[in-house]
Amino acid sequence: MALDAFLASRCRAWTHRHLLGMKDLSREEILLVLSLAEECASLPGDIPLLRGCRLFNFFVEPSTRTKTSFSLAARRLGAEVIDFSPSTSSLAKGEGLKDTARTIESMGVTFTVIRHGASGAPWFLSRLVGSSVINAGDGSHEHPTQALLDLLTMKKRLGRVSGLKVALVGDIAHSRVARSNLWALQKLGNEVTLVGPPTLVPRDLGAPVTWDFDRALREHDVIMMLRLQTERMQGGLFPSTAEYIRFFGLTRERLGLLRPGAILMHPGPMIRGLEISSEAADSDRSVILHQVANGVLVRMAVLLLLSRAAR
Amino acid sequence: MIRIRRDGADDLLLEGGRIAAAVPPSGAPETVVDARGLLVVPGLIDMHVHLREPGREDQETIATGAAAAAAGGFTSVAAMANSGIPCDTAVGVVYVLARAREAGLANVFPVGAVSKGLRGEELAELGRMAEAGAVAFSDDGRPVMNSELMRRALEYSKMLGKPILSHCEDAGLTRGALMNEGRVAAELGLRGWPAEAEAILAARDVYLAALTGGHVHIQHVSARETVEIVRRAKKMGIRVTAEATPHHLTLTEECLRGYESRYKVNPPLRSKADVEAVVEGVADGTIDAIATDHAPHTVEEKEQELAACPSGVVGLETALGVLLSVRGIPRERLIDALTAAPARILGLSAKGRLEPGADADVTVIDPRAVWTVDPSKFRSRGRSTPFEGMTLTGRALRVFVGGRECS
Repeated sequence: MALDAFLASRCRAWTHRHLLGMKDLSREEILLVLSLAEECASLPGDIPLLRGCRLFNFFVEPSTRTKTSFSLAARRLGAEVIDFSPSTSSLAKGEGLKDTARTIESMGVTFTVIRHGASGAPWFLSRLVGSSVINAGDGSHEHPTQALLDLLTMKKRLGRVSGLKVALVGDIAHSRVARSNLWALQKLGNEVTLVGPPTLVPRDLGAPVTWDFDRALREHDVIMMLRLQTERMQGGLFPSTAEYIRFFGLTRERLGLLRPGAILMHPGPMIRGLEISSEAADSDRSVILHQVANGVLVRMAVLLLLSRAAR
Repeated sequence: MIRIRRDGADDLLLEGGRIAAAVPPSGAPETVVDARGLLVVPGLIDMHVHLREPGREDQETIATGAAAAAAGGFTSVAAMANSGIPCDTAVGVVYVLARAREAGLANVFPVGAVSKGLRGEELAELGRMAEAGAVAFSDDGRPVMNSELMRRALEYSKMLGKPILSHCEDAGLTRGALMNEGRVAAELGLRGWPAEAEAILAARDVYLAALTGGHVHIQHVSARETVEIVRRAKKMGIRVTAEATPHHLTLTEECLRGYESRYKVNPPLRSKADVEAVVEGVADGTIDAIATDHAPHTVEEKEQELAACPSGVVGLETALGVLLSVRGIPRERLIDALTAAPARILGLSAKGRLEPGADADVTVIDPRAVWTVDPSKFRSRGRSTPFEGMTLTGRALRVFVGGRECS
């Protein structure tokens, strides 16, 4: 079968047991995940390569699409999925991350998918457990599978993942999606610009910064809008949402500024009417729903690669 | 009587708790300590430790802290006021002194709180605490954000001849901060603590010292800008002194890349340029003293993710080995920063020197001893240190407090 042959011939170079961040992956490794994801796309149905494996969805912060996406990816590969929800778990009783991790471990888990509000939590966990840890978003740090699915979306829609001009727009400071995308895109040879008010864009991330959104819209192939992460903000980073929309909202009027062929992305969840208008989100430039579909494919690829490295 | 034989000087005689005038060997019974080939220095003084008692004896006690001090070569420590139950009255001062006497190891000098309950609102009873034996005042752990209160503390403590030790952190700029602000923090997605938050309060304190004529001491200097502020203030004749910790003299923010809690300290580890400036500040005497900011926490508190664990690491048992490896600070200046300088700042006139009549506090150092830091062997109850597993050269071999050897 094609996938077996692909895995046998091309995936030997993969050595990572955990997927913690895009910072850790080389250009070649990123491209390998994307190729394998495309192989997965051509599968006629489910393929039980991971039968007997267990995936533990350890989501301490809320999530809809990422958690569901990992579950779907695991099930399509024949793995069993265990979900964890913090409000009904022992975390609510004061159990620390260390003991939760140990407990999971004793249940015989192959993959631990963790989302946590503290930057670095997956690194902490990976030092404590034997299973493969996959970072599904840690605080304001990284969200590697999101970057991978974004890259796959760009590859499918624009035919390439290098030499592109990409604008990341909005709350960069608190965004793990921004960091993972920035590092991945730069490794693949794309030009990334950060767009947003100075209070929400760190100066030292290693990418040019602009607060001229209109100009950025005219000059980029990919516009990636980010949600305002009010839950991570400590007051007063911008004067009002009305003013934010005035300068950085992707309104219907601004949609007309996009250059021909440019695409519009958003990792979700979107706040319609704030950083993005309904007209923009539902326009033919928007690839937001493709992003979601591609998420399952890159997560299948990641699970396959990690399971091989763990062996 | 104890006779310490040493290189390049007469034997050192310890008698009746004091250093005796040099006399030739007599017939009287004496213990001879052969310290030739070793470094014989005044007992080391750490002017910044947290002993946690009373109130947080699960983290450290005065006895375990004093034992850790002696093990690390320190014969005296100054205990900060933010113990579990804050030391903000004469009762607290007396308690600390009594517990230290019971332990009978290193000397413990209590530091009283600047404000009642460390709340930063109104002055604590500085005078009564001074009478009971407090050597200085500090709300350390919390900055005194109210400039008026700081001004009054500096003014009032002048009458008592005691310094105000200031933890410089503009709290509005550091809310939720986990490490130094800058490129590494931006990459790691961690909220940053800008160096300017330290410099701003240091500058304020220097101005207030100039205004009042009081003595302000800047604690744990971590930023290049702060070194510059202290240097300029001293040139202007303002009564300011400063200290730096072994970790700020040796480690940078790069350590945080693995999100390990043993690198979480306050103020945070900073950039290479900051470390170099702090080293230079100690070398040229801008920063008078070296102090560890020994801050023990329980294992359970520290073995959490970075956002959840408290700041602070232990330092008493590693300081000497770490410091002897620092390049750029002459050996004499290093020893001065650990002995005479803190004695001068705290007004401990009989300490920090090896002259007849001084207290018989002596540390004998083997500067060539090679050892590996193993926290499980610490006398302190704290186990979290950024130097865990490191191989260091130099450690205290024998320690005498008041003429008695601590083992």
